[in-house]
Amino acid sequence: MVQPAEAVEKQSHEGTDDLIVVNNLKKYFPITGGVFSRIVGFVKAVDDVSFTIKPGETLGLVGESGCGKTTTGRVILRLLEATEGSVEFEGRNIFDLDREDMRRVRRDMQIVFQDPYASLNPRMTVGDIIGEPLEIHGVARRKEKDDRVRSLLETVGLRGMHARRYPHEFSGGQRQRIGVARALALNPKLIVCDEPVSALDVSIQSQVLNLLEDLQEEFDLTYLFIAHDLSVVRHISDRVAVMYLGQLVELAEQDELYENPAHPYTEALLSAIPIADPQIQRTRKRIVLEGDVPSPSNPPSGCHFRTRCRHAMPKCAEEKPPWQDIGTEHFVACWLHEE
Amino acid sequence: MSEVLVNVENLRTFFYTEDGEVPAVDGVSFHIDRGETLGVVGESGCGKSVTSLSIMRLIPDPPGKILTGSSITFEGEELLTKSDSQMRKIRGNDISMIFQEPMTSLNPVYTVGDQIMEAIELHQGLSEKEARKQAIEMLNLVGIPSPEQRVDEYPHQLSGGMRQRVMIAMALSCNPKMLIADEPTTALDVTIQAQILELMKRLKDELGMAIMLITHDLGVIAEMAERVVVMYAGKIVEEGSVYDVFGDPQHPYTEGLINSIPRLDSVKTDRLHVIEGVVPNPLAMPQGCYFNPRCPYAMDVCLEEQPDLIEGEDGRKVACWLHSKDRSGVA
Repeated sequence: MVQPAEAVEKQSHEGTDDLIVVNNLKKYFPITGGVFSRIVGFVKAVDDVSFTIKPGETLGLVGESGCGKTTTGRVILRLLEATEGSVEFEGRNIFDLDREDMRRVRRDMQIVFQDPYASLNPRMTVGDIIGEPLEIHGVARRKEKDDRVRSLLETVGLRGMHARRYPHEFSGGQRQRIGVARALALNPKLIVCDEPVSALDVSIQSQVLNLLEDLQEEFDLTYLFIAHDLSVVRHISDRVAVMYLGQLVELAEQDELYENPAHPYTEALLSAIPIADPQIQRTRKRIVLEGDVPSPSNPPSGCHFRTRCRHAMPKCAEEKPPWQDIGTEHFVACWLHEE
Repeated sequence: MSEVLVNVENLRTFFYTEDGEVPAVDGVSFHIDRGETLGVVGESGCGKSVTSLSIMRLIPDPPGKILTGSSITFEGEELLTKSDSQMRKIRGNDISMIFQEPMTSLNPVYTVGDQIMEAIELHQGLSEKEARKQAIEMLNLVGIPSPEQRVDEYPHQLSGGMRQRVMIAMALSCNPKMLIADEPTTALDVTIQAQILELMKRLKDELGMAIMLITHDLGVIAEMAERVVVMYAGKIVEEGSVYDVFGDPQHPYTEGLINSIPRLDSVKTDRLHVIEGVVPNPLAMPQGCYFNPRCPYAMDVCLEEQPDLIEGEDGRKVACWLHSKDRSGVA
């Protein structure tokens, strides 16, 4: 690639208005064994995943633990190097960027972590935590930085004077607000929210969800919202992708996915969640999946879900089902929906 | 039909820390009937786990203490005056408990069989061979495939869902009259949670035991419980049948809690309902009703005096000044 960056941007921006285009993304972690730590296999954490996110949109990514949703989020930010595939951010493949260019792109891509206790350095003041990205990227210093930190704290519903305090002086919900303020510091375009509310109590969870929605509107943010809680994801997302054992099984507009799930896994997942209304909950039919998720180092042949699927056919073991559109941008990977 | 199995009366469990006295459970009264599932809901720190540990007499002393004037009876017998050895006979035998973290509640250096057999040998005086046979039966009962092999495996060889099944097998091995389940599915994935909830419902029907189900997940309560107790800051704020409490919550906290969770079956709304503020610091509880700083309906009386948990004619109980005039007849 010797083309100047702007030319590349213009070129691939034609005909597409996506902020992020993920193509055939793979992330394999080697398993080593024996005396010489030879590579004896791979954990296929992310195995051929493709999707796009439009500017200003929230894409929900759901799945159970170990399905690869967190790894997907980290590979997109290049916090982990991908094994294969590409991630285009505003038309540029970020895997081709050198250190300096990547650093510049990072301003536009931030992350909010799950654990508000572990993701803030206990020995730094809140002001230093939020101000650090400003300093590293040379955006603001001293007085200007302090002012910006104060206004960020107020933006997320805390007070300017909190800048002098340490993380342990805050509750879980407040800490998550600090994490959000840090992510906002550089005016990013994309924020990867990795289980941002799952460690919080119910009454605090709704406060943080509302904050994320307000900020999205105010600053035109795009979210990749990773979570295991399908109710939360339904509330916040425009479109939802369901992941199982390193692969996407279904992707659709949120209403469409929740009302008309096409993949047997999505269907089972939705039926597994108890609804907080005894009248409704006690009349629902539940599809109980047998067994556990197979190991990602040795996934089943063909469709990865077939070992737990109640509709499994011989074909499912032989061939991987294609990723196809079954109407109005409703994508599913399942042989049941083969034309 | 309904016969009281456990009766808790004015339970007060305080912790004495360097920073001061923490009233973790402050004057809690409720009962559990034979064969009934009672749901206990509340957020972290509301005292729901301390309540269950008090019933089991597992409060570490010091720093914790169950205050005099509290009473917990099991089949009419007072538990708080029992000796340690008498309590040991009740724990596991009559009342069993399962915890949130199936990994940390199992001993990693013993096989699951050893751990289930320990309880059976101790409480039922069976020989090792008989105990092993019963352990395998229990593993079979909780739906663990090939129990003859699994019985000799170590906890790390099992998945999270399997470990929770082992915990349940262990808890049920002596056929208890009551199972206390403290956030039994919180650490599990939803499809595994569904398996465990189905298992608990089946075992309850087969074995006829009472369940005290402690959780912050209102969906789990809606599915499992017959009656619900809602706790806030160490007190019960509302109690009633699961249909009443979810269908027509009377305490503003219960109402706020139910409205603030996003629901799977609801079309996207713009904003979620929010309970403003945070749970009060137990070292500095607000004057009057503990919920008043967060309550949208707070009145003058709420800032001054604490409302009692009062039973209405419909059998529902609520601790709120909004409801106390028409309930008690005195304002």
